[in-house]
Amino acid sequence: MIQISNIEKRFGEVTALNKVSLSVPRGELFGLIGPDGAGKTTLFRIISSLMIPDAGEAKVAGLDVVKDYVAIRRLVGYMPGRFSLYQDLSVLENLSFFASIFKTTIDENYDLIRDIYVQIEPFKHRPAGKLSGGMKQKLALCCALVHKPELLILDEPTTGVDAVSRIEFWDILRRLKDLGITIIVSTPYMDEASLCERIALIQEGRLMSIDTPEVVAGSFPHSLFAVKTNNFFLLLNHLREWKEALSAYSFGEYVHFTPGTEQITERAICDFLKEKGHTEIQVNKTKPTVEDSFMSLMLKKQNQNAS
Amino acid sequence: MPASQNKIIVVENLVKKFGNFIANDHLSFDVSKGEIFGFLGANGAGKTTAMKILCGLSHPTSGKVTVAGYDIYTQTEKIKRSIGYMSQKFSLYEDLTVYENFRFYGGIYGLSRSEIHSQTEILLSQLDLSDYKNRVIKTLPLGWKQKLAFSVAIIHKPAIVFLDEPTGGVDPITRRQFWDLIYKNAYQGLTVFITTHYMDEAEYCNRLSIMVDGKIKALDTPAALKNRFGCATMQEVFLELARN
Repeated sequence: MIQISNIEKRFGEVTALNKVSLSVPRGELFGLIGPDGAGKTTLFRIISSLMIPDAGEAKVAGLDVVKDYVAIRRLVGYMPGRFSLYQDLSVLENLSFFASIFKTTIDENYDLIRDIYVQIEPFKHRPAGKLSGGMKQKLALCCALVHKPELLILDEPTTGVDAVSRIEFWDILRRLKDLGITIIVSTPYMDEASLCERIALIQEGRLMSIDTPEVVAGSFPHSLFAVKTNNFFLLLNHLREWKEALSAYSFGEYVHFTPGTEQITERAICDFLKEKGHTEIQVNKTKPTVEDSFMSLMLKKQNQNAS
Repeated sequence: MPASQNKIIVVENLVKKFGNFIANDHLSFDVSKGEIFGFLGANGAGKTTAMKILCGLSHPTSGKVTVAGYDIYTQTEKIKRSIGYMSQKFSLYEDLTVYENFRFYGGIYGLSRSEIHSQTEILLSQLDLSDYKNRVIKTLPLGWKQKLAFSVAIIHKPAIVFLDEPTGGVDPITRRQFWDLIYKNAYQGLTVFITTHYMDEAEYCNRLSIMVDGKIKALDTPAALKNRFGCATMQEVFLELARN
C-alpha cells in the first residue's frame, strides 16, 4: 500500500527526515512511534501528498505522491494532529461538508462510520468547537472516513487523551482494520506500540527499527532486571552510580536496570543494594518492552554521535 | 507541630457549578508540604476546573479551600505569589533567549535584578545549561525547553508548583529526566501538584487522587490503590474506576 524509499526532507538547517525507507502492505495496522519533533508529521504529510520531499520516492497504492497527488487524495483519509475541522460548523455540517468534497454522502458510507458516529450523534447540532476533546477526536475520525478511504493516516490521534478514551480509540482502529482499511498511526505513547501489527521507531528523522512490537522489544541487546526496594529514589541513584551499571530507568513502581556485563546476576545486584542499606529488596529478570528498546537505541545513537 | 500545619493545600467540600452542570462535586482532600500529589482523571472529569480554583483563577460555588495558608475567596493575589504553574501548552516565549525568559517571569513576580540573576544562575546550573543562557528558546530541543519551563515556574521560590501534563510528547529518556528534576525539588521541600495521562508516571507520585465525573473516586498511595482494587498496575486501577 505504501512504498517509501530514501525520503529526505530539510527545513533550513534542520533535517526532518533522513533517508527514510519503509513499506506497509495493504490491510496492515502500522504504528510510527517517536517523540515530538522526530519527523512523524513530516512523513505523514509526504505520504498524504501535502508536502513534497527533497529527495527519494514515495508511492501510495502504486501512485507517486508528487505526480499523482489528485488520485492519491481520493484514496487517503487524513486526520491531522491538530484539530482542523470547522469550529463554527456543527457536527453534522462538518461531516456533510467533507462528504460533499469527495462527491459522496453520509448515507452512502454510513456503515463505515456508524459505530463512531452514534457516539457523537446526540450532539450533531453543536458547533465542533464546543465539543470535548474525545468528541472532537471522534468527529475528526468520521470526517477522515466518510469517503471510504483505502488508507487511513492518523497523526497522534491519542495525544492528550485519557487512558480510557485511548483504549476505546484503539478498539475502533482494530474494527476498521478488520474492514480492510490500511492504517498508519503515529503516537508518542510507547505502550500503544503493542497494539499495532508492525511498528517503526523514529527519532531525529531516522527510523531506528522496523518490525513487529514483539521483535522490536526482544531486540533489546542486554539482560534486564526489574528492581524494587523500600526507597525508590535512592535505589535509582545508587544503581546509576554503580560501576557495573549501563543504565537504570524508572518503569512504574520498578527500576529497569541494565548491567554493563552479562556476569552480573540477581544475587550480585541484591548484595550491592543490601550494602547500600536498602530493605525489602526485589530483583527479577524481566522481559524488555518497546520502551526499553527505544531508550537503548537512543543511547546507542547518542554514543555514536559523540564518538 | 500539629499535623494540620503541615498541610499546604486544604480542600473541604469544594463545589463548582456552571449553570446546572456540576464540574466539581464536593471535593475534599489535602496535600502536605513536599508531597508529590498526582491529580488524575479522564478528559472532562473536572481536573482543570479544580486546578484553576487552586491557582486562584476561578472561585468555587461553595466549599472551603486554602492554598499555602491563604483563603481562596479573599487572598488570591497572595496565593498567586506562592505558586508556580507550568503546562505543556504554554510555557516559554520562543523568540526570547533563556535569560530573557527568566528575567521576564522573575520581573512579573517582583524579584529584584540581583535575585533574578542569582536564581537564574542556580537554576541553570542545576540543569547543566549555564552555557546556553543567551540562546533563543526556539533553537533548543523540546526536552530542554520543558526543563527550562519548570525552572522558570519556580524562579520565585514558590511553595507549590502546579504541573499540567508537563511531559506530553517528549521522548522516554527526557520524560524520566524530567521526573528526576521533580524529585530533586520535592526533596528540597517543594510541593508538586501534577496531572498526567502516563499511568507509569502515576506510580511516581506519593499520593494520587482519581476523579470521575466531578467526584474524587479514590485517593491514596499508588501501592494502597493497587492493593485495594486488586490490580497490578495503576493503569488497571484507572480503567477500573473510570470505566464504571
